Amino acid sequence: MFSYEFMRNAFAAGTIIAIICGIMGVFVIARNMSFLTHTLSEIGFSGAAFGVFAGWAPLNGMLLFTVVSSVIVGQLSARSERREAATSAISALFIGMGILFLSLANKNASYATSILFGSVIGISAGDVQQMLWLSLLVLLVVFVIYRFLKFDSFDHTGARVKGLWTNALSVTFLVLLALSVSVAAQIVGSLLIFILLTLPAATAKYFAHTVGGMMVLAIVLALVGVWSGLTLSYVTNYPVSFFIAAIEAVFYFIALGWQKLQTAE
Amino acid sequence: MTAAPILKLEHLGVTFPNHPVFSDLNLTIRQGEFWSIVGKNGVGKTTLMRTVLHQLRPTHGQVAYLPNANEVKIGYVPQFRNIDADYPLTMRDFVGLNLTGWKWPWLSRKEREKVQTILTRTGLEAIANRPIGQASGGEKQKAYLAQALVEAPNLLILDESTASLDPVTKTELLDLVIELNKSLHLTVLFVTHDIPMARKYSSQYLMLTPNGAEQGPIGGLTQEKVWEGENV
Ligand SMILES: Nc1ncnc2c1ncn2[C@@H]1O[C@H](COP(=O)(O)OP(=O)(O)OP(=O)(O)O)[C@@H](O)[C@H]1O
Ligand SMILES: [Mg+2]
Repeated sequence: MFSYEFMRNAFAAGTIIAIICGIMGVFVIARNMSFLTHTLSEIGFSGAAFGVFAGWAPLNGMLLFTVVSSVIVGQLSARSERREAATSAISALFIGMGILFLSLANKNASYATSILFGSVIGISAGDVQQMLWLSLLVLLVVFVIYRFLKFDSFDHTGARVKGLWTNALSVTFLVLLALSVSVAAQIVGSLLIFILLTLPAATAKYFAHTVGGMMVLAIVLALVGVWSGLTLSYVTNYPVSFFIAAIEAVFYFIALGWQKLQTAE
Repeated sequence: MTAAPILKLEHLGVTFPNHPVFSDLNLTIRQGEFWSIVGKNGVGKTTLMRTVLHQLRPTHGQVAYLPNANEVKIGYVPQFRNIDADYPLTMRDFVGLNLTGWKWPWLSRKEREKVQTILTRTGLEAIANRPIGQASGGEKQKAYLAQALVEAPNLLILDESTASLDPVTKTELLDLVIELNKSLHLTVLFVTHDIPMARKYSSQYLMLTPNGAEQGPIGGLTQEKVWEGENV
């Protein structure tokens, strides 16, 4: 299978994505942002569609839309009460716009499918390189602000007391999340992106009890899902996102069951 | 000789929309003093603490740290905190969160020792590696205190941090606080409804009432006085 260049590219991209999603996912879960992640991926769809319409690479359209909207969403709903309703409205608007852009661009349905559900064959070596740079940027920023981000994500009250600039941290994190969403969408598609950004970390939370431990476990779970998903998809010809979604969901339910057993005894 | 002041409140007032909480509050807190802040529910104790922490902007007057804000390192144990049963971090990791700065993501050996020392002093050693979400209310309170203390603050603010503790644990924790207060001149602001505890541990008191504040050496604080304050 590795004799095909597109499979090598897909594995390289998948590995990068798994690492980014494992690390960012731990913060997404700690900050209770699963819902927002979902919205960002829908915005990403709209951005990709806009990219197609404007004649850009879909990834660039995605980057533009998700980064701009993450800043807006951050301003609009810094506190959680308003967040869900506001983000629902925004996501409805963006999905609608995505559909409009696609129809304006006169692309056929298979193009839309690959944006929404991801594709294995579409990834070039150039794409992999761009993803690598973006991911390194995300990792570098996380590395630099790690202690602040960790404090704010896992103990917002404590971080505020300490006088950390929690609003700036929150916006920075949203931009990082937007970048991660755009990168990860390249393989699993924008519809299923939140799977990799939430499920591995949510599963890891039940087994690991330090931030570092959760990250390592989330990365491993994401890698297992992505690698086996790609392999199975290659062998069976069924969509890769199906396998990744199924594998991560199974992991999550196992974790839930394990947790039940633990608390029941 | 009196110790140097660390915190000065001058004509301090906070008004929420249509609702004055307190006004014209003047108070000088000196290094090593142990203040109890008392008063009935809703009188503004938490609001005052949040103003002191610059989380709330005062409507009048000002809060000044002396000699300057950089010299005053605050540890604060808030009244409410949302740590649910699902919360994943261990006690040890939770305490370590407070060690921030532009440093490596992982804690240095010295920092890990700091965490260990404070876990031992707060009696959390045995359960340090358990998820804090599964800890009892009292154990959580201890972890909050440990987190506030890990960076060696010189001003410690406790907002009803002992309310959910059993009498033995309560005494243990306050014994630790008073020891730090005596040995390191840690200044303490202790918000409480427990007048006997306040009398046992503090040196001064500040009583908030809807009609103004009263302050003085702790000897002047009696249960009757607080009840009277409630009747005004
Ligand atoms: N953000 C806010 N906006 C409007 N009103 C507020 C706000 N925070 C507190 N208040 C009001 O200010 C008053 C003082 O509240 P505060 O929490 O300071 O009381 P407290 O003395 O700490 O009470 P308790 O003993 O119950 O903790 C209350 O009437 C409360 O309703
Ligand atoms: Mg209060």
